[in-house]
This record gives sequence, structure tokens and C-alpha cells, in this order.
Amino acid sequence: MNASPTATTLGARQHARAQEGTVVEAMPTVPASRWTAPPDGVAAGDLTWAVVVAGGGYAHRSVARGTHVRLGDLTGDACAHVLLLRADEPWERLNPADTTKVAWQVYTAAGQLLLSDAGRVLATVVEDTSGHHDALFGTTTRARNEARYGDGSAQGPSPAGRELLALAAAKHGLGRRDVGPTVSFFQGVTVTADGAPRPTGSAGPGAHVTLRAEVPLLVLVANTAHPLDPRPAFTCSPLEVLAWRGEPTRPDDPLWTAAPEGRRAFENTAEHLTAQGIA
Amino acid sequence: MTTTSTATGTVQGTVLLDTVVPARGPWSAVLRAGQELQVIDLEGNQAVDFLLYDAVDPGLRYSAQDTLQAQETIFLTTGSVLRDCEHGPLMTVVADEVGRHDTLGGACSQESNTLRYGHHTAGQHACVENFLAEGSRHGLGKRDLVSNINWFMNVPVDPDGSLGIVDGLSAPGKSLTLRAERDVLVLVSNCPQVNNPCNGFDPTPVRMVITEGQSA
Repeated sequence: MNASPTATTLGARQHARAQEGTVVEAMPTVPASRWTAPPDGVAAGDLTWAVVVAGGGYAHRSVARGTHVRLGDLTGDACAHVLLLRADEPWERLNPADTTKVAWQVYTAAGQLLLSDAGRVLATVVEDTSGHHDALFGTTTRARNEARYGDGSAQGPSPAGRELLALAAAKHGLGRRDVGPTVSFFQGVTVTADGAPRPTGSAGPGAHVTLRAEVPLLVLVANTAHPLDPRPAFTCSPLEVLAWRGEPTRPDDPLWTAAPEGRRAFENTAEHLTAQGIA
Repeated sequence: MTTTSTATGTVQGTVLLDTVVPARGPWSAVLRAGQELQVIDLEGNQAVDFLLYDAVDPGLRYSAQDTLQAQETIFLTTGSVLRDCEHGPLMTVVADEVGRHDTLGGACSQESNTLRYGHHTAGQHACVENFLAEGSRHGLGKRDLVSNINWFMNVPVDPDGSLGIVDGLSAPGKSLTLRAERDVLVLVSNCPQVNNPCNGFDPTPVRMVITEGQSA
């Protein structure tokens, strides 16, 4: 009788260890400095996070103030649903209503300040080659994906964004109550003059958006089809996430004074961080 | 069924509660499935900031984003189904004398007021203060606050994406009526904002009437 190679602890250990080195499309690169194609101007040694997230997957990380997080739509059908929270005080989190109201603008573009519910800047959009984003319609739910695609579970073929974000939040000690409204990148929606939403799809392969953390930041990302994606079949392709060490926005940056509301948001943020000894 | 006169017409079914929420104040109530809430803008152009929760599991809370996903407009009016964060229906707008209401603009807060108007507004009363105070009476806290509804508030989006709180479309006595699709907790802030036109720069009382509803 031939014994199974994994019938013993020794055999099982050898079998497990032999798997290292397998390469799949969606996986992290650890350490991130081994990532072979850093963005222009970024030293490989400054990379702190490099992962390709499958369509229907998620990623999450606690990052230092000043970290730049670049989201990339590799083949044109990614959709990054993003929730940001203060890493050190997670009851302060992204507030899309304040983000749009304070800016007097609903469409996301470079220069947008992603505001918290506390009158402060969590992150800034410092680069955007896509222009197809959405800050109004949020992410998907299990119930709605079940109705649309037949399944919305995290482990199924068409995972709902809320299910994925709930998992990401749980890994930082947070619960579903902490999964508040989100913004999404790479699948656009515009609003007609009479208030009707119009999905505009993606900008195509290779688009990317870079967020700069202005505070110690918890970044939760679900890569899954947009709730208004009109295609009957669930469609979502891999998302690249790269992060590197950097500097937060300083008072001499034109963005600091680009609008009076934004300047006060930066000032509130600096005041808060200074009191905490962080800045 | 009984029919009761209100300031602006009639509500259907036995009146369970008829109360006035003072200017600038919070309010809350639990409605059973099928009951109706009429919100009456007594003096006109008074924003009523509004959140709602499943009365049994408040983790199931209003989601502006889910509500907008399921309809063909960014405005709320008759027929709008107010959905929770798992996409289930909480309440339905069954009557509306104004025509459109906002769920993009969120609530005013002392903190966001400092951004929109300046630090001199940091001590002014604001809707988030009302939501936190009233929510705390039901075991709810800051984590439970999300983007809300602003009844009687007019927030257009221009073709270039510009969004703003502009002069209201409501008038004295205009009302809207909501039907509870299941047992719900309603949290209200009668908006105290004086720095933009959402209350005509003069916060005023609103009237709340809860009835058994048309099916009772």
C-alpha cells in the first residue's frame, strides 16, 4: 500500500513547505520592496504595501501619516470601494456627505479632500488619471447582489462590497457598525440635470488614483462591481494597491490653500495631530 | 379607520401621537410596522434631519447610498423606499407636498460648520449634537451616525457636479408622510443651522403626527 505523502506530520510539513514560490495573479508581494515596478520617482525601498487584489477580493492596512496609497485599475474593470478611518481613533471615519458638501462638488478629482465626520482631512487625492469615480452611491450589499447575480456572499462568485468591508473591518477589531458610507474609484457615475444617475463605466486599463494619508489611517478596500454597473453578469478585474512612505500635505503645498474650507480642514487636522504629539 | 384633520389636510387612521418638536431640538419615536408618520413643516422651509434604524437591531440603519441605488433619482419623494445598510426597506414615502427632499448633504455639525463658515461657528448648536444626544437615549453612539435625510431641504447638483444647499421649495404647512415597513426607531434633529438657507435663516418648530396607518 502506498502511503499518502501527507499521511504523516513530516510529510504534511514537507508538502506545505514545497508550495512556497507559487505565483498567482492576485497576491501580495512581501516585502513590498521586492515589487518590480515602483511608480516613477518612488524607490523600491520606500514601498510599504504591494498587493494585487482579485475581482471580488479585498485589502486592508493601517498606514502611517504621509503614506501614499496608489490604487490601479490593471485591466479596466476594477472598482475600488474605499472606507477610511482614523487608525488610532476609528470612531472618526470617512464622511462622504461632508466630503462633497464642504467642497461644493460631488465629483472626485485630484485635489479632493476626503473628510472625516470631525471636520478634518483623512486623506487627499493627489493624483488621478481616471476621472471615473463615485462618491454618492456607495457599495453593494449581499441582498442586492443576490437579487442581481444570484449571490452576494464574500466567498461566492459575486461578493458584495459590504461583506468584504465587514471582513476587512473585523481584522482591525471593528464591526459592521463601523462600516459607514464609502466612496468608489474607477467606475464613474454622473448625475443628469434632473437628478438621474448615469453610469459612465471605467476609463480603461492602467488608470490609477493616489491617496495621501494625512493622519494615521486605516485603509479598507473592496474590489467588486459597482452597485450601478449595468452589466447583467458580475464583472470585476484585478486591482493593484501600492503604498510608499511619504510626506503629508504641508502649509506650503498649493492644496493647503486651494479653498478656504479645505484650508480650515487642514488647520483642524494639524491642530488635532499637534495636540497628540503626532505632528 | 378614523380620519383626523391636521394643519394641512387629513391623516388616515387613529392618531397615536401629535406633537410639536421645538425649533432646534431633537426628537425620536418608535413606529410599529404599518404605522405612519406625518412631518409637517409648520412655518415653511425648515430642514428636518432624519435617521432611522431597525427597532430591534439598530445595526440595520438608514443608508442613503442604498436608498439611491434603488431609485432613478438622487432626490427623495413619494414612492422613495428608505433602505437600510443591508438594502432592506425601513420606511416608504407615501405622500409628499413638496416634491423633492435631500439625502446627499448630510447633517450639519459643529466640526463641519468650522469648515463651511469659519471657527466662529464652533459653539453653535448643530444637528449632530441633536443626533448624538437623542441617539444616546437609545444606546446609540457616534459609530451609529451615518449620512441622513434632510426633509424639506433643497440640494441641487449642477451639471458640473457643483452641489449646494440653496433656498428651500417648501412652504408653511407643507408635509410628507412616511409608512413604516417594519418596526423602526426614528431619530430627528429639527435643524438649528443659521449659516445657510436650509431653515430660511430662522429655525422654526415642526409637527409630528403618528397614526395607525391606512391598514389599521
